[in-house]
Parts: sequence; structure tokens; C-alpha cells
Amino acid sequence: MSLILGIIVVTVFSLLLLAMAGDKQKGNIALFAVLINAVLSSCIAIPALCGSSFEQIFYGGNVFGQIAIRADALSGWFILLMNFTMLTGILYGRRYMKHYENPPGRNPEGSANLTLHFASYIINHFAMIGIYCVQNSLAFLCVWELMALSSFILIIFEYGKFEVLKAGINFLIQSHIGIMFMTLGFIWVNSRAGSFDFNAIATYAASVSPAVSFILFLCFFIAFAIKAGFVPFHTWLPYAHPVAPAHVSGVMSGVIIKLGIFGILRMLLLIKGDFLALGYFILAISVITGVYGVILAIIQHNIKKLLAYHSIENIGIIGIGIGLGCIGLGLNNPYLAFAGFAGAMLHTLNHSLFKSLLFYSAGTVYQATHTLDIEQLGGLIKKMPQTATLFLIAALAICGLPPFNGFISEFLIYSGLFKGILESPLISTVFLVSSVLGLVIIGGLAMLCFTKAFGVIFLGNERHQLPATVHEAEFTKLFPKYLIATLIILIGIVPQIFVKAISGPTALFTGKNILQQEPVAFIETLQAVSLAVIALILLSLIIWWLRKMVTRSAVIVESSTWGCGYAAPTAKLQYTANSFVRPFRKLIHPLLMMNKTENALIGIFPNPVHSETHPYDKLERVIIDIPLKYLKGFIGQFRFLQNGNPQFYILYGVVFIFIVITIPLLMNALAYLNELIKQIGQ
Amino acid sequence: MSIVSFLLIIFTSLFFTGIVIRTKSIFSGRKGPGFFQPLKDIRRLFRKGAVYSKTTSFIFQIAPSIYFASVLMAIFMVPFGNQPGIISFQGDFIFFAYALALGKFFIIISALDTGSSFEGMGASREALYSLLVEPAFFILMGSFALLTGHTSFYEIFGSLHFGSYISYGEGTLAAIVLVFIALIENSRMPVDDPKTHLELTMVHEVMILDNSGFDLGLILYSTNLKFAMYGALIANFFLTPGYEWYYSLPIFIGVQIVFAVIVGTVESFMARFRMNHNPQYIFMLTSISLLIFIGVLILKKFV
Repeated sequence: MSLILGIIVVTVFSLLLLAMAGDKQKGNIALFAVLINAVLSSCIAIPALCGSSFEQIFYGGNVFGQIAIRADALSGWFILLMNFTMLTGILYGRRYMKHYENPPGRNPEGSANLTLHFASYIINHFAMIGIYCVQNSLAFLCVWELMALSSFILIIFEYGKFEVLKAGINFLIQSHIGIMFMTLGFIWVNSRAGSFDFNAIATYAASVSPAVSFILFLCFFIAFAIKAGFVPFHTWLPYAHPVAPAHVSGVMSGVIIKLGIFGILRMLLLIKGDFLALGYFILAISVITGVYGVILAIIQHNIKKLLAYHSIENIGIIGIGIGLGCIGLGLNNPYLAFAGFAGAMLHTLNHSLFKSLLFYSAGTVYQATHTLDIEQLGGLIKKMPQTATLFLIAALAICGLPPFNGFISEFLIYSGLFKGILESPLISTVFLVSSVLGLVIIGGLAMLCFTKAFGVIFLGNERHQLPATVHEAEFTKLFPKYLIATLIILIGIVPQIFVKAISGPTALFTGKNILQQEPVAFIETLQAVSLAVIALILLSLIIWWLRKMVTRSAVIVESSTWGCGYAAPTAKLQYTANSFVRPFRKLIHPLLMMNKTENALIGIFPNPVHSETHPYDKLERVIIDIPLKYLKGFIGQFRFLQNGNPQFYILYGVVFIFIVITIPLLMNALAYLNELIKQIGQ
Repeated sequence: MSIVSFLLIIFTSLFFTGIVIRTKSIFSGRKGPGFFQPLKDIRRLFRKGAVYSKTTSFIFQIAPSIYFASVLMAIFMVPFGNQPGIISFQGDFIFFAYALALGKFFIIISALDTGSSFEGMGASREALYSLLVEPAFFILMGSFALLTGHTSFYEIFGSLHFGSYISYGEGTLAAIVLVFIALIENSRMPVDDPKTHLELTMVHEVMILDNSGFDLGLILYSTNLKFAMYGALIANFFLTPGYEWYYSLPIFIGVQIVFAVIVGTVESFMARFRMNHNPQYIFMLTSISLLIFIGVLILKKFV
């Protein structure tokens, strides 16, 4: 009780303090609040991860009933990874927000906006701790709503811009569609089992047929999939990420969308239905999500939008892990189950690390150059070498390349998939091979995308006149990024430690007794991987050293880049991001929707013409835009009702009350008539 | 003993390109250079000075070393019949593919580092082709994992030879796929012509236009190593584990020589594809490996 009370007190107290403090102190107060909350929640999470679950129940009045606060190993793992990213987020964010501070005493609106932003950040952290621990459906909905609203405020920090507000409202609406599905599921369970406790979901799901429990799961899955960004529920994500401040994008992509993953995992623990069918379902949707996400990521030229689509891709990879784990459970194959769930959970951590690092770096680039359009950037590595290196590390990690962390989780999932191919019936084999194919394609496409992103932003020459003041960010801004990079490399080099930590939450799914040899076998393999990774690094260093020794006395000349003898190349001659991905774009043309506006060339000496190409999400058009258009047309017919006349509105109220009263009467009358006809018939 | 395959691959890499060039010169009726001319060229490059573009950054300097290291690392994984590679573990072929990908990532961004339009063009093509090749390799390894019931190079190759003709049949098909993969990965005909001198139509060679001296030597030698590495993988399908080294060794060397001659022959008699036909050609590879997979599936689940 004391820990939870502590977290609540710290949150409330820091919010009050925030309102009173000056602009310069707000960031620090938020940092301390997040830090203390992180430490307190880690006090719950670390023992939970090690096996001693936390459980407290307190009475929440007539409405809520018994509110159970439980933290098992799964909650523990997610709380820890969330805390880390929230901490680096605020460490970076308080420096990032310096940009928006006002001189003291002026523009109270901006100051209030800043207060609201940091307050939302603290509330968001608090709400997420709640989501991971609260196991009472009604209270869960409350903290979930708190999280959704505070995320909304975080996103619309620059509310003056139209597209920011539009993206924010898009997020808010889609979030609430998710909440609607979740509410539906909770009401369903409550009406059958009569309790708001999560355990009631488990007992109810166990008492019904697998088909019914599958539909119940589907209800929750849609709710959480909207949060996580599974295709086709992903459309809010590429709008919300680019418009938010960089640290918020990092936190959103790193941890807030992972709430969806947590929700799905939690529901899998509670609803033990037909795992094989669930596994196939999740696997299929995840492969589509992964491939679709990365395909759209490649054609984006707004760096943050590109990263947002990569979040969708990585959610797909995590989903492949979860699906594989479910198939393992369905087939009673502990190796598969372990590889799947451990891979998924490790990738959740990994993605939260490299994606937040990428977003923070993108934010630094944005603040230096004031543009997110990568076609205008270039050559930044010379001006911002540290940011460039950090971006490179994260880019290598997200492509799943050794010696970084992304490789480890993908390796786990791969080895599960390959092992599964060997030991499963025909239909599973087909599913697993398609997943291998999907994962390979995702990996290759991610490489295409990040060679493009890194190459165009940081390498070559400036494609556009950048401000002369572009320089490396100060250390306080780089420090959180170095923290993340250290963890990325650490997971890449000594993965066995992290996989050992993850065997706790994985055991919840696979059961404790079969978990004797599987992690051990994996850890042995990972030790070999770790050796190989270290060998790779050493080998690179040795060759680098050899190169240095051999070329010590060689003549080194500087010259301009080879251009077929052309000695005055300009920055415009460089390959652009668009041309870099052109062969790929042509190849998958049917899947894309490119809105191109181009004026025709007229006359012998034509005027300059302007050509613009904007990629658009084809799926969004089909499942959101077109239905919305028809819905608008249909609802528009009732517009005359909203005529702004209060008398009419009172009339509507009266009509409504009248209908409510008469419907039961009418029903009774109908029933009576029905009886009467039956009696006449006899 | 596990160092055997590494030493053998290094050894074959010394004369591999020599044989290719020799084959080409014989077919075109020229006298041609000696076997070791490519090696001599590389040796000369190692000792030469270098020219660096003013546009480049440290990426351009470190990329060739990392590329070379990644190829060496991949070679560490390749077994020799019943001898495992220097590093061998469950799922090592995943590491094999990803280590190679790491090298490719660096060579691609080092091409972009020069800020040249030609090199960007090559980088774009290299990234696309290598991503298209990857599925074929993974499906291939997946089918052999299914066939043998193991998930590491050494165990797969070790238990491949149960004396049935089917395994040799599958091995032959796999060898064909691997030859294609090797040709694409090393940017040879019919996807790319290493001897072309038109930057607009080149793939790999155009990426390294700005490399010189030691770095260029490293990149060129990694091509040799990569050839020998794929040759070793192909040879592994035909080695006879359990038998003595005096069977395996000649088979290994023989396969490498045949492989080199095939590469030379293909280059002598085939024209290069049009650039936009290349993806279709590479897709064909994935379909062949899917065929192999279906064959194995039928074999394992129905027969």
C-alpha cells in the first residue's frame, strides 16, 4: 500500500509544484517526479520479475468494488522497460523543451502550455504504471482513459498548427474506438461473471466454448491492436508521431504503443482458448503488419513519418513472436513457446530502445535544421558527428544487424520459427515458412530504408541551404541518447543476461515445470552468439588496425568525388532519397498509392514546371476514407435536425422521452395482440 | 580441427578469380593473364596510397574494413563436411546471413557518403538486389533444416548424406540456387558485368568508384573470399562425412574449380540483363527455393 500511496502522492505533489514553478524549473520538476515514480514502481517491478508477485486489494467504493493491484513478472518486465524510456524521454525532453521557453513574465499562454505538457508527461507515466498493475476492469478503463487523454495533450503541444490538431483528434477518436471495444469486452464478462476482477475473465473464458472465447479475445485484440498499431488499425500512428515533440514521439513509439502489446499478452494469459487458432490468426496479421509497415516506411521522406511506419513494422515483428509462442503452446512445444514469447518481449524492449534513440536523434536534427524533409538534408555527419553515430547505431539495431540488440530478438524468433518448421504438422509448417519469408523481407526492406535515411540525412553534401548555426547538440541532450546506445550494445553483446531475466515473464505462458531446459538451451546458444558477436567486433578492429599499420607510410591525397571526369559536381547531382528507392517503388507499384501532381510541358520553350509526389496509405483510403465519405453523406441528410433553435432541441428531448416510454408499452401491446391471435387460432 | 574449412576457403580464394579469368580468356581465344594476376593486383593495391574525396566522412574510411570483417566472420561459420566451422551453434546460418548484411549496409552507406550520383545509383541497386536474394537463402536453409531435422550449418551438412539419391538431387538443386546467389551477391553476369565501364549500368563496381589503395584491395579480396565461401557451401552438399579426408579434399577442390569454370563460362556466353529485368530474375531464385521446400515438405510429411 505504501508504495502505491507513494506514487500517487508524488504525482499529485509534483503536479501542484509544476503549476507554481517558473518555466526553467518545470522540466527539472518533471524529471524528478518521473525519477521518483520510476524508482518506486521499480521497487514493485524488480521483485515481481524475479518471481515474487505483488498483490494488494483495496476497496474502491460501491461502483468499483474490490480493486486488485497485482504485478506479476509480465507487469514487472513492462514496467521496467517503460521506466527506462520514460526517464530518457524526460531527460531529453526537458532540454528539447528549452526551445519553447519564454522569457520570464511574458506570454502566460506559452507558459501554461509548457506546464500542461510536463504535467501530462507525469500523468502519462503514472497512468501507464496503473495500466500495468490494475486488474479491475473498471479501474483499468479509468487509467487507460487517463493515459489516452494525457497522450493527446502531449501530442498537440504545438496546437496552433492545423495538422497537429488534426492528427491529435485523429488519435483521440481512434483511441476511443479502441476503448469502446475494450469496454464491450469488459461489460460482456461482467454481465456473465458478475465481477470486475481480471480473474473473472479467466474463469469466464474457461467456462465457455473455444469459439466464444475466441470472439471475446478478438474483442480485446481489436482494442489493443488499435493502440499497438497492427494493420489495419494503424492509420492514426503515422499522423500522431510526426507532429508530436521529438521526445513524445520517442516515448509514444517506444512505450505507449507497447501498452497494446502488453494488453494482448495479458489477455492471452487470461483467455486460454484454442491457442493454435489464435497463433495462426496473430501470425497472419503480424506478418501483414510488418511487411506493410516497412513498405510504406521506405517511400516516406518525412523522417519522423518514416520512423512511425517503422514502429508498425516492429509491432509486426513482435506480433510474429507472440503468434509463434501461441502456436508453440497449441502444439505443446515448449521450445517454440519460449522462443516466441521471449523473442516478442525482448523485441519490445529492443524496439523501445532503438526507436526512442532514432526519434531523439531526429528531434535533434530537426531543431538544428528546422526541417523534417530528408530531401533537404545531407552532410550532417560533419557538423553533428555524435548525433550521426548514435543514429547509425540505432539504424543498425533496427535492421536487426549484429552486434546490436535488434539481432538478438530477431534471432530468437528466427530460431523458434526454424525449430517449428522441423517439428510441427503441415499447416503450421506452411504458416511458419511464410513467417520466415515475411521476417526476411522485413529485414531486407528495413535495410533499404535505413541506408536511405542515414545516407541521405547525414552523408554526402547538403542538398539545401541549411542554417549556418547547425552544430552538435550539447552534452545534456546527448547524454540520454548515450544511455540508450549503451544498453543497445550491451544487449547485443551479452544477450544471455537479458534472456535469463525474461524467462520469468515467459514462464507465465509456458508454465514453470517445462521451463527447466528450454532457457538453458537458449542461453547456451546465445552464449555462442555472444562469442560470435564479440569475434565480429574484434575482427573489425584488427583489420582496421592492420589497415592503419600498412597505410601508415602511404601517400594520402584529398580530392573531389569521381564524376566521370567532371570536376565541378554540385550538391544537386547527388542521388536523392526518392531516386534511391525508385527501383523498389516501381517494383511494388500495385501496393502503393502515389498522388502525383505535375503540370505538362507546353511549347518549344516551356516555363518551369512543378512536380509533386505524395505517398498515401492505400489501406487508409479503403478502410477509413471511403467509408467515412459514405457515412458523412448518410449522416449529412439529418443535418436539418441541428438547426440551432433551442425550441427544437427541447422538442427532440420530449420526443426522445416519449419514445422511451412508449416503446415498452408498444411491445406489451404487440405481445398481447400476438397472444390474442394465437388464442383465436386455437 | 575446425579451422580446416577456414584454411581451405582462404586457400581456394587465392586462385578463384584467376580461374574465372582464365576460363574467359580461353573461351574468347586470348592468351589472358596468369592465375595469380588478380592476387598480384590486390597486393599492389595494398601497398599503394589512396585518394579520398573531400565529401566523405569517417564512414567511408571504416566501411571497407567492416565489410571485409563481415565476410571473414561469415566464413568462420562455414563447415567442411563433418568438421564444424570455427564458430558453430544452433541457427548459425541466420548469423551468417546477417553478418554479411552488416557488411553490405556499410558498403552501401559508404557509397552514399561520397555524394556521387553514380555511387548512389549503385547503392540503390545493391540494396534492392540483396534484399531480393535473401528470401531464397533462408527458404533454402529452411528446407534443408526440415530435411535433416537440424538448425546449424554443420549438423545440416553432417546429416545430409544418408546415401539416398534424393538428398543428392536436392543438393544439386540447392547448388544451382547457391550458384545464382553467389553470382548476384558478387555482382557478376547476368545481373551485373564487373568489366563494364559505363557507370550508369553498373551495380557493385560503381559503388566503389571512389575507393582506392588498401580499401579497394580489401573490397576486391572480399569478392574472392565470398566466391570461395559460396563455393565451400556448395561443396558441402557433395562431401561425404565419415569418409576420410582424401575423399573430401579432392571433392572440395573439384567443386570449387567447377564453380569457378561455370562462373567464367556464364560470363563468356551470356549478355547482361536489362536493369529492370533483374528483379524478375532474382524472384525466380526464390521460386526455385520454394520448389525445393515443397519437395522436401512432400518428402517429409507424405512419403
